[in-house]
Order: sequence, then C-alpha cells, then structure tokens
Amino acid sequence: MERQDDFARRREHLKDLSEEELYQRFWELTEEIVSPLVDMAKTHTSPSIERSVLLRMGLDSLQAKELVKKIGDRELLGKGAGHVLLKVAQEKGIDVKEAAQGLIEDRYWEIVDAHWGGEK
Amino acid sequence: MTLDKNEKLNLEEILKDLDKYHPRRKGWTDRKPLPAGTKIGPFEYYQVSENLKNSIPLPSAHALQNIDPQPDAVITSEIASGRFEDDIRRMRMAAWHGADHMMVIRTTGQSHYDGLIEGTPEGVGGVPITRKQVRASRKALDLIEDEVGRPINFHSYVSGVAGPEIAVLFAEEGVNGAHQDPQYNVLYRNVNMLRSFVDAAVAKKLMAGAEMAQIDGAHNANATAREAWKVMPELLVQHALNSKYSEMVGISPDKIYLSTVPPTGTPGPVLRMDLPYAVALRELFRNYKMRAQMNTKYMESDTREATVTHVLNLLISRLTNAHIQSTITPDEGRNVPWHYNSVHAVNTAKQAMNGMDGLLEMVQLKEEGMLRDQAREIKERAVLFLEEIIETGGYFKAVEEGFFVDSGRYPERNSDGIARDSKGGVGANTIVERDRDYMAPVCDHFGYNNLPEGLEKACDPIDECTICNPEKIVYIDELDEEDNAHQRLGKMKEHRDKGLLRPEVEWYGDGWVNIHVFFPAEPKVAEAAAIEWAKKMGMENPEVIHKQTMHPAEGTFLELKGQVNIDIDPSQIEIPEEEELVPEEEILKEVKDRPMRVVAATVGEDEHSVGMREIIDIKHGGIEGFGIKATYLGTSVPLQKAVDAAEEVNADAILISTIITHGDVHRLNMKKLDDLCVERGIRDRITLIAGGTQVTNDIAKDCGMDAGFGRGTKGHHVASFLVKRRRELEG
Repeated sequence: MERQDDFARRREHLKDLSEEELYQRFWELTEEIVSPLVDMAKTHTSPSIERSVLLRMGLDSLQAKELVKKIGDRELLGKGAGHVLLKVAQEKGIDVKEAAQGLIEDRYWEIVDAHWGGEK
Repeated sequence: MTLDKNEKLNLEEILKDLDKYHPRRKGWTDRKPLPAGTKIGPFEYYQVSENLKNSIPLPSAHALQNIDPQPDAVITSEIASGRFEDDIRRMRMAAWHGADHMMVIRTTGQSHYDGLIEGTPEGVGGVPITRKQVRASRKALDLIEDEVGRPINFHSYVSGVAGPEIAVLFAEEGVNGAHQDPQYNVLYRNVNMLRSFVDAAVAKKLMAGAEMAQIDGAHNANATAREAWKVMPELLVQHALNSKYSEMVGISPDKIYLSTVPPTGTPGPVLRMDLPYAVALRELFRNYKMRAQMNTKYMESDTREATVTHVLNLLISRLTNAHIQSTITPDEGRNVPWHYNSVHAVNTAKQAMNGMDGLLEMVQLKEEGMLRDQAREIKERAVLFLEEIIETGGYFKAVEEGFFVDSGRYPERNSDGIARDSKGGVGANTIVERDRDYMAPVCDHFGYNNLPEGLEKACDPIDECTICNPEKIVYIDELDEEDNAHQRLGKMKEHRDKGLLRPEVEWYGDGWVNIHVFFPAEPKVAEAAAIEWAKKMGMENPEVIHKQTMHPAEGTFLELKGQVNIDIDPSQIEIPEEEELVPEEEILKEVKDRPMRVVAATVGEDEHSVGMREIIDIKHGGIEGFGIKATYLGTSVPLQKAVDAAEEVNADAILISTIITHGDVHRLNMKKLDDLCVERGIRDRITLIAGGTQVTNDIAKDCGMDAGFGRGTKGHHVASFLVKRRRELEG
C-alpha cells in the first residue's frame, strides 16, 4: 500500500491524551494483538516442540528426530510425542529410552495403534 | 583446572571429559554496581561496577595509576570466528579487556536446519551451535571468569525452525542469554509465521525456566530499512509485540531486554534524531531492560568513522540508560570481525562509558521543546501503527499485507515492506492442534498439557526430565570424522607444539595481515598499484579492504589485507630481556623516606640538552617527579666538573648525556668518568649512568658504567634503576 504521511489528521484522537494515557493505550493495543497469538501457541504444537519434549525425556537429538518423524507420519503429534513414548514404556514396563529405540526400530507400534488407532 | 595468565588456553584440556561436564550455574548475571562516588585511583565514579582481578586497562591508564574502571553496564563482545576453538581464545582476550557477555554468532543457514546439529563442524560467519560447542565454550568461560574475577554471560540464538530444541539445549547447558524473537524468523528468515510463534512460546518458556536473558530482534528492521531513521515507529511496535508475547508466555520482565540501536548515521544530525527516539523507547518500555546495540546500517570500511559513530551511540546510552552495552567491531563493514578488532570495540565502549561517567549528574534532558515534541510524535505514530494492525485483522494479516520494514515513516507507506504468506515459508503447514489428551511429561513446557492429576512436577511420570536431572542429558561427541575441531587442531598441532609464530586475525595461524599504505595517485590507479606492490612483497591473495581519497589527484589512502605464511621460530631469534620496573608508587615512597640526589650533565663538547631534560624534568615525567633531587650542570661540561659536583653534594649517582659519537667520543667519555671515580675513591658508592641516542645498556656497561639508556627512555626507567641500584649497594 502506498500512502502519504497523514499523521496530522490521524492523530486527532490521540493528541489530547496525557503521556500516561498514551502509555496505557499503547500497551492495551499490544495486548489485543498478542493475545490471540498466545492462545494459538497454547493449543498447538510442532515437530520442533515435540523433539524438544523428547530431548527433555532423555533422548539424544538423532533419536528425537527420527521418532517425531514416525509419530508425525501417523498423524499423532496432537497426542504429544512424549505421551506416545510414555504410553509404550509404561505398557511394556521398560524405560523411555528403550521404548524409544524400539519404536525407531519399528517395534511396539501395535501398542500405539491399539490406543489411538483410527483416532486423529 | 585453573588458568595461568602466562599460558595459552589448553584446548585439548577443554575438550577432555566433556561428556561429564555440567555448568556451575544457570541464568543471567548483571554487574554489581558500586556506590556513587566510589574512588578508583585518583578519581570518583558514579557509574561503575566491581573491579576485575585481572584485566588490561586502556592504553592511557599508564599515566593514571593503571586503573581499569568497569562501567555499570554488561559489555558484549561479538564472537564470530566460525571455529569454536578460535572463538574460545577470542573470549579470553575480550574478557581481559572488560567484556562479560560473549555473544556467539551462529553459522549462516542454521536457522533453516530442522533439528540440532552435533559435533564441531566449521561454520561460515559464525559457528554451528551444537551441544559440544556450547559445552566446551561454557567450560572455557568458567575458567576465564575465574581468571578475570567476574561472571561471564554466554549467549547465542534461539531462532529458526528448531527454536524449542535449541532452547532445551541452552537451558541444559547453562547458556545465560539468547536472542529470541519470532518476528525475526518471519521477516528475515522466511520461516512460516504460525510455526514461528507457536515454537517461540515453548522456547521462551524454557528460557524463562533457566532464567536466561532474552534479547529481541527489532534492531534488524533498522539494519534492513532503506532509510533507517523512518522506521522508528515500527521499531517500537516490534519491540512491544515480542516483549508482551514473552511476558505473557512467562518470561519475567527483568529478563526481557530490548535490542535497540540508535537508528541514524552521520553526517546526519544523529543526536537530534536518535535521542528523542531513545527517550520515547525507554518511557514506553519502562518495565523492561535495554540492550543498547551500536549502529551497523551506516557503516562502511573506514574503522575510524565506525568508531566515531559508535561513540555517538554510546553518548545516547549515557544520556538515557543501558543495562547491556553491545559492541560492533569497527571492521564489520569490511570483513568477518577480526579478533583484535573485537577487542577494540569492547575498549571503545569501556573508554566512552568511563569518560561519560556520571554525565547526568551535571546534564539534564529538557522537559520541553524539540526533544519532548519528537518523542511524543514517535509514540503516537507507533500507537497508530498498532491501531491499524487491529483494523486489518491482526498480526498475521498485517504481515501478509507488508506492514513491516516499509521504508515510509508510518503512517506514510511506500509499498516496499516485507510481505509474507501465512501459508508459506519454511516450515509451513507443520503446526498441529493439540488434542484433548495431549501430554508432555516434562518441565518448563508451555501450553495445554493434560498431565495426570496430583503430580508435584510435570516430569514425575518419567522420574525427572533433563532440566531437573542433568545426568539424563545424552551427550553426542562428533558425527563427522573429518569436519571437526580435533582434525583442525591436529593439522596445526606441530605448529602449536613448536611454538611457531604466524600472523593471524581470524583463525590460529591464518597468515592474514593488514597494511596501511598511501599512493600519490587517483583511487583506481592507487588500488591497482597497491595490489601489484603487495604481490611483490610476497603477499598472497592481496585485497584492498579500504580506500579513501585524500585528494582526487594528490593521492589515495588504502588498507590492504593479504596472507603472509611465514613462520617465525621464537627460539631462533634474539629477544631482548625486558627490565621489570619498580612501580611508580614504590619509588615515590622509597625516595620520600630516604632522599636521593643525582648530578647530571651533557659532557664533552656537546650542546645537546633535550634528552637529559626529558629524563630529569618533572613536566616530562622525569626523575624529579619521583622526588629525586637533580643538579643539572648544563651542556659541554668537563667530566672533572661533574665528579667535583657529585662529591660536593654527596650525590648517589652521576648521569651523563653523550650524544656526539665522532671518533667514539661517547665511549671515551664513559670510560673516563669511570676512571675518575675510581681515582677519587668513590666508585664503590656512586652509581654511573650514561644516556644518548647511540648508547645502549651493553655499550655503557662495556665502558664501565652501571647502566646505559638509549632512545625511548623515560624518567621511570632511570628512577627504577636508581632505586634498585641503591638497594643492591646497600645489600
């Protein structure tokens, strides 16, 4: 968009605000813009976020990458990659690292499918 | 392991047992300010922090008791060699000059790398940020901070499509600060905007957990805009969006730093434009902190010009405030920063901040007039910008319509902003909605998390995550057998072990040198001549890195860089031993307690008096300044007369100056003086010193003197010798 500087006209409603009122208005507007972004972040995840979860669970970066890829391929990232991994570990009675290695080697997926099969 | 200041950092030692290393602390550390009026050396200071245990003062401190006052703001050094083993050496040098924030620049392209990089591959314009790189750097910084006696903050970037993973890495490894601003990804790295903001929230939450300082990315708008002074309203908007977003996600306001640059450059009237902006910014963002960056936008290859610009930027910092004072190397406009230039930049900040210490104790910004009017106008323009974002349908819509980095001074618009598609960019269509049973059993996770009820910590189901228990972190050493630090160090191992010396500016022994040269010719001719001349000197890959016309016809000043791969073996060259001087205060005290007297004369048929005056006179820093009483007999003084005078006043020493050397008359004078004193029976209690342009200590001693002083001698050298000699004579 091209537009000449129309500051003098546009500022009419601001010109009588005190410094403090202008400050309040600046931050109210900012919060109005940012709030929906924060809400979106609360309700969404991403491959990088899920890899960061697996790292925190004690996987190395190569394992985290592969496992998130496999979980993503099954469209199960919405469950949480850590959740999927934990479920397998708990059902098999093994630790998460062993469970992760198994899933990467294409074992244990029957447990995952039994839980979330068909569900998106 | 501790460092010895006379030993180089042992890189093999740093790389050893890295798998077992854990950081000693987490979180950002500010400097500890000292009370107003704190005395350091002969002066009082109002904006300083604790002194360092080991440091290198500014050159002129030599005349000011060698003080090295540390300003109140944390000072940043940008570290960008591209090899972490060389970065570590830079950090040590920068720390000794007063930097306590090491900002390690990432390699080009890492922001598009979907995942973590491991090992120590070589980078371009920075290093690949990996666990090994981060861990080894932090380990080295632990040693360096013990050496200088001040905590050092380690910093890099949490951006790109692997932000959350990098944030985990940084939180685990004790990285103290990071850039994090999703707008940077969107505008400059074309990362999908939805992905960027979703990732940012998790990354920020992790940073908050580790109490890291967050620096935003708004300064890039300044560097990218065509006319940087016009983007001021937008800069406020960008700062606001990231700051508010960060705070809502959980970062404490006192860990949110705005990366702010005085936007304009000389020869513009920069203070008149930058100051109202700086004031407006600090008023609107009074809940947050300031990271004052230096201008890079209006920076050419002239390091002198860049330094002046940066000093003007520092004036803005002192007229307002800065919690972190960043530095830009003066050579950034010509090449990847060279290490000694990084140190120069740190010194520019330290020097200017020392010099402007307590400025606001005397000077006040006006409450009305131009400054207030302009500050108000910038704020109003920013508010209008925010209003229009909302009218348009929110942030994403505004980005799609090219609101940002438009060259118009908002509300003016020039239709040249950076527009991005919310469905496009790197990582498009990769975010996924969290289901009702979404769960992540780890700490410092942001957003909806359907954890089982009754947990104390989010990671209870897995019996601790890596944030709570560092023993759970998995360390990968190297993935590439060729491209790693060990291979690179191996290549130069023999060179290092033998202690061979080759010039360097970027990497160990890279051979690059910089030459300043003037040719009396027009620029084009001068440049071609310079290249040819450099080749003839044996320089490889010569390149003109700076060119400045002194006059269109009379000549051109140039700076050249080139490689000279000659190794010098220090064991094969003669290195003169340096006399350690008695400290000035010690001499003063000793002479005050027990007075000392000398007789001085220019001897023979010699009318030169300047040299001797320099050594004696108090105003030239001569020995009188140390309280030593000197009787100067004048020029062309017969030796006999000098000895008579010495006996008369019971002098501790005779100082003769002998400049003329025809027929070795200077040697004869020295020998004759020695003989005379022996004849009189005073030689064993009097000190004989000779000076002159052709005199050296060796020649003088050969001729019976106790010491000889040549060119470049200062009063301190002579006074120190006199004091030492008296101690010797008295056993």
